[in-house]
Amino acid sequence: MTLTHLQRLEAESIHIMREVAAEADNPVMLYSVGKDSAVMLHLAMKAFHPSVPPFPLLHVDTRWKFREMYAFRDRMVRELGLDLLVHINPDGVEKDINPFTHGSAIHTDIMKTEALKQALNHYGFDVAFGGARRDEEKSRAKERVFSFRTAQHRWDPKNQRPELWKLFNTRKLPGESIRVFPLSNWTELDIWQYIHLENIPIVPLYYAAMRPVVERNGTLIMVDDDRMPLNPGETPMLRSVRFRTLGCYPLTGAVESTADTLPAIIQEMLLTRTSERQGRVIDHDSAASMEKKKQEGYF
Amino acid sequence: MAHVSDLIASDIEQYLHVHQHKGLLRFITCGSVDDGKSTLIGRLLYESHMLFEDHMTALQADSRRWGTQGEEIDFALLVDGLAAEREQGITIDVAYRFFSTERRKFIVADTPGHEQYTRNMVTGASTADAAILMVDARKGILTQTRRHSYLVSLLGIRAIVVAVNKMDLVDYSEQVYRRIRDDYEAFARQIGVEAVTFIPVSAFKGDNIVSPSPHMDWYRGPTLMGYLETVEIDEDRMQAAPFRLPVQWVNRPNLDFRGYAGTLAGGVVRPGDRIRVQPSGKESTVARIVTRDGDLEQAVAGQSVTLTLADEIDISRGDMISAAREPAGTADQFETTLIWMHDEPLLPGRQYLLKLGARTVTASVTAIKYQVNVNTLEHTAAKKLELNAIGVCNISLDRPVAFDPYTDNRDTGGFILIDRLSNNTVAAGLIHFALRRSQNIHLQPVDINQEAHARLKGQRPCVLWFTGLSGAGKSTIANLVEKKLHAEGRHTYLLDGDNVRHGLNKDLGFTDADRVENIRRVGEVARLMVDAGLIVLTAFISPFRSERQMARELLNEGEFLEIFVDTPLEAAEARDPKGLYRKARRGELKNFTGIDSPYEAPEAPEVHVDTTRMTPEDAAELIVEHIRNAGYLAP
Repeated sequence: MTLTHLQRLEAESIHIMREVAAEADNPVMLYSVGKDSAVMLHLAMKAFHPSVPPFPLLHVDTRWKFREMYAFRDRMVRELGLDLLVHINPDGVEKDINPFTHGSAIHTDIMKTEALKQALNHYGFDVAFGGARRDEEKSRAKERVFSFRTAQHRWDPKNQRPELWKLFNTRKLPGESIRVFPLSNWTELDIWQYIHLENIPIVPLYYAAMRPVVERNGTLIMVDDDRMPLNPGETPMLRSVRFRTLGCYPLTGAVESTADTLPAIIQEMLLTRTSERQGRVIDHDSAASMEKKKQEGYF
Repeated sequence: MAHVSDLIASDIEQYLHVHQHKGLLRFITCGSVDDGKSTLIGRLLYESHMLFEDHMTALQADSRRWGTQGEEIDFALLVDGLAAEREQGITIDVAYRFFSTERRKFIVADTPGHEQYTRNMVTGASTADAAILMVDARKGILTQTRRHSYLVSLLGIRAIVVAVNKMDLVDYSEQVYRRIRDDYEAFARQIGVEAVTFIPVSAFKGDNIVSPSPHMDWYRGPTLMGYLETVEIDEDRMQAAPFRLPVQWVNRPNLDFRGYAGTLAGGVVRPGDRIRVQPSGKESTVARIVTRDGDLEQAVAGQSVTLTLADEIDISRGDMISAAREPAGTADQFETTLIWMHDEPLLPGRQYLLKLGARTVTASVTAIKYQVNVNTLEHTAAKKLELNAIGVCNISLDRPVAFDPYTDNRDTGGFILIDRLSNNTVAAGLIHFALRRSQNIHLQPVDINQEAHARLKGQRPCVLWFTGLSGAGKSTIANLVEKKLHAEGRHTYLLDGDNVRHGLNKDLGFTDADRVENIRRVGEVARLMVDAGLIVLTAFISPFRSERQMARELLNEGEFLEIFVDTPLEAAEARDPKGLYRKARRGELKNFTGIDSPYEAPEAPEVHVDTTRMTPEDAAELIVEHIRNAGYLAP
């Protein structure tokens, strides 16, 4: 009997999660509601069955996610019987930080990077699971599965612990923490195939439907609620669109599509020559920008 | 992107079906930048159509800015990830890359080739099924080719392919290829590497990578991709090994369910199989293999499962569940190969944490038998192992563990060592075999124990461990303390550094390794004396935190009192009662603490004596009061 690549990836992810459950003092799983989070959560349900995962989920909310994401998140937590913690940066709320007035860089820094640090400090989490994959971006390719952060949440790419065999060294000093990436070795195609094979629920925004959008700088932005200021002469148009990644709706570009089933989505992805993160406005800076963001504490 | 085949457009369901049933191969590429290793990986990604338009745009921009191939696309830039590396033009870490074909998904560990990156290569090799050794056709077999061959065979990789690269630069000459093959085979026989595959390629031009080269019709073997798609996957082979499940996590959702979760490190398991729990040796039968998708009829090496057993027996994380008929070994002393991975060298006698499977224990190296020169494979004597050194060492654990020899099972025979203070992973280790003496030495229980000894003397035994620079006044103060205690009728003994070095430790010098052994022996002697009920005073520089911690842990909680005799270096040097600082400054005395060997001050000593602010007499009084108040002198 030969295990398939998806079976091996699944086994590796489960192994990583159990290792954290056994060795961490106070672990948490970051849940961003997207497809990678959906796979990560599904794997956690498998890893600890018949127990529920022995850690809560944490959603670092910016207040600007799609409405369907909030509805989906609450449904999943209810159906699976899990604990969900939601953290919104109160300083950001007070200053009314938003992507329109402050731009994507400041919004992301305050509502995501800072908010994440706040939440980890507040609850005293020492290990946090994240759904990042090494195929997403160059600096991720060299990041360990168990990625250490100083007490200031900084990542030092030159001082990473070697990871041999299936052995992970989880020891740390007080104040230090670890980001753990159980999906490190999955690719975007693996994720989609696994969702298909395992019938994993995902936010409906991944499927094409008629949605109100406006076009800005060549990017289709969905008008998800009435907080979105329209430019003079701009009117939302109904178009058949879907999303390849999900984030804050004003920062997430839609693609025109009619793919409304999983095989159709996978087919479209395979035939389209554009990689996943192009839909994310924050990645359009220089090649080293993600590496820099990570050193500053971005997941 | 990938798999541009008509099937995607015409029948996506069928395409998905094909791709759901492919296997997974991990391999490592070995070679230096000059051999075209990064170019090869870039080429494999390109040929399997894993590059997207925005990747290609970025790559073209990068090629103009950083590239070394003129106007042509520099594939190497695809895999040199971090900004610092691009600036230096070298690869400094392990990067993982992914591509897939219709038959397999591939995970490539891309590691640098220079000797100073041996640890990175060992890391990448630890999980690889196969290794590609890059050889530049113009240069032939080099020292580094030999080093890489040794390392991949040491780490247990069975599928080795020698890619003779840059064939386009030697006019695709069969003669050049044959000479390299013959050279390599002669060398491979020496180190016991068998079944090597040779493929002449040009990573830059694409010859014999995916399709057979039109320039080398004299070569009839597989293309590189063809080889990678068919070579045996290590975990498949491990299904034939005896069943092993290191227990990672005990699953107890309620009183009626007790499951043992872990990843099969070998073999196959089915309900009804007889198992043995190690190291306890208790036996039972597998009841169920529980998963969220229903119970399984069998599980194989590589799968992560949860087992329940027919009997209630005590099993915890770190135990191993093995086939009862073919159990693993259990022992607490081993001969091993260690690959040292940290700037701070291995010191025999120092205690480290050892993680093997899900078990973490305390371990120390009892002897470095020899060091292996990775370039010549010669054995040389060594007192310590520096970064990237490989040595054959005996190690001793604080309790027995279940294990297999590394050559039988990489997951139950490979371990890491962790520094207890920095928490860094400092070594990778491969178990050769258990030392027989570990099975034959047992502790003899005695009737008159420490408590009985202490009761007769009417005191609580302890160690007063004086530490500080040479000339700080450790011996002077310790001597005064002992006189005060003796006057009160206490039973004491003073172990003085200089005196011990005239007898028990006269075979030791002042290197870091010898200092560690010096303190280990003193710690053991102090422990015996505490066992005899004495209040022991030790006056040693004992410069390293690790060894003071080791001595502390030999004793029970509360029996070790660290006394920091704190004198600034200038003050100690000004006193210089034995003239040692002057000698050290003149270079006549090597490894002198404070001058050319470090002193690591205690972080939380039980007693802190500042000798610039009190006399030795006052310091002695302070210490006696401290131990009196702490209850050691109670009648």
